[in-house]
Amino acid sequence: MAYSEKVIDHYNNPKNVGTLDKAKKNVGTGLVGAPECGDVMRLQIEVDDTTGVITDAKFKTFGCGSAIASSSLATEWLKGKTVDQAVAIDNMDLVEELNLPPVKIHCSVLAEDAIKAAINDYRKKNGLEELVFEEKGVH
Amino acid sequence: MLKLPIYLDNNATTPMDPRVLEAMIPYFTDHFGNAASRNHSFGWQAEEAVDYAREQVAKLIGADPKEIIFTSGATEGDNLGIKGVFEMYASKGNHIITCTTEHKAVLDTCKHIERQGGEVTYLEVNPEGLIDMKQLEAAIKPTTILIAIMYANNEIGVIQPVKEISALARKHGVLFFTDGTQAVGKIPVDVNKDGIDIMAFTGHKMYGPKGVGALYVRRKNPRVKVTAQMDGGGHERGMRSGTLNVPGIVGFGKACELARLEMADDAARLSKLRDKLENALMQLEEAYVNGSREHRLPHVSNISFKYVEGEGLMMGFNKNIALSSGSACTSASLEPSYVLKALGLGDDLAHSSLRFGLGRFTTEEQIDYTIKAVSDTVIKLREMSPLWEMFKEGIDLNSIEWAHH
Repeated sequence: MAYSEKVIDHYNNPKNVGTLDKAKKNVGTGLVGAPECGDVMRLQIEVDDTTGVITDAKFKTFGCGSAIASSSLATEWLKGKTVDQAVAIDNMDLVEELNLPPVKIHCSVLAEDAIKAAINDYRKKNGLEELVFEEKGVH
Repeated sequence: MLKLPIYLDNNATTPMDPRVLEAMIPYFTDHFGNAASRNHSFGWQAEEAVDYAREQVAKLIGADPKEIIFTSGATEGDNLGIKGVFEMYASKGNHIITCTTEHKAVLDTCKHIERQGGEVTYLEVNPEGLIDMKQLEAAIKPTTILIAIMYANNEIGVIQPVKEISALARKHGVLFFTDGTQAVGKIPVDVNKDGIDIMAFTGHKMYGPKGVGALYVRRKNPRVKVTAQMDGGGHERGMRSGTLNVPGIVGFGKACELARLEMADDAARLSKLRDKLENALMQLEEAYVNGSREHRLPHVSNISFKYVEGEGLMMGFNKNIALSSGSACTSASLEPSYVLKALGLGDDLAHSSLRFGLGRFTTEEQIDYTIKAVSDTVIKLREMSPLWEMFKEGIDLNSIEWAHH
């Protein structure tokens, strides 16, 4: 199967690869997927405590090109958004932007899960109640 | 000079040798006759060409030309060989022994036989990919009619102990079928020295055309028969009806002749290149060769690069290099390679595998390029891999509760 230009571009020039200090209170970390399933994403956000704006986002991904592209794009979208706005990022937006074929939709679902896991980790660290999300169930 | 793109997926299919194409061309246009037309020169010419090809094919495997049944390829050969024996020898028994790393054309044929009331034993393989002779002998029972074990595996290139298997089969009066698809034309295969009763193989894995193959069916000691799986004009001694694919057969014959003459040189050259590739890639940390390195085809290497995923890895160089991965992502099923799993590899290592299949037209420059491209991509993706980071920090990945999906 051929990859879309955008997937190839993110793969060749991934945005925001790296690691934030997970010990910091204003850093939320989401680690989703499993090595046995062939994809693991770790997505981190750093939040400005006063404004609630995500000032930095980093990822590392073990997976196929679509998984790498989904997480790379997710970090781009996260930066500058407030945590509340970030919750609204939907996997289908990633699918559309990257032109993912049906067999790769699970990569976008994983990226959405990673965003939500990072947000919940941040909320937990800051004494906020964890959000409950609906299962997408497309994995 | 470096020629791009580089094709290292020769276990999937090989390019056709130009000498093969040249031999075939007249049989599409000038000598187009039906080999079964007995009453005119067009038919005679076609028949003569088929007879000649049958000799070329037989000679490659040390068989008599009368023992060669032309088919459409190895999948048909596997079906005809196994189902044909199951039906022909129904009065003797209904039990077949095979192994878990066989090609799907064998495994799914065996599943079909189970639905028809047959009994099938699937032997496991050791971490090297080899079957255990004691387990094989223990599996034989009075109702056993056939042992079906491949000559060499398509994913890892591991060569099964064919001579020992056939000796055991003979001792117990059981027929021995082997899927020779990956081995014939690459390493010496001799049906008499190897004790093979039935063998499927195909043209397009040895620089011949697609859509043509053969089933070897022994005629003496013992005389073997298989029940036809298609009804029709009774071609190929009644075992395989259908107008013969004359140009394809001519090409297949030529490919077999070239393989016979050039196999030793090809194998020597390719095993050197393969070893160069493998040794260089094994310099990377956490790289593992899958399957036996000792009992293996000379042109194949299957390596897992831990903490990077196969499809993601291929994307780093697939503009210029073509190869395969055992990763789930390359298939629609999302299940990683069952062959690698049968070796006892965890799913994570199966997802991280690449299969390198060298061929007659692979050059040293291409191997040098591949070494660099694959190494660079592995290093780049590990920098991007959370698992690699954890490994480097000394975190036991098994201690993490992963969200399986």
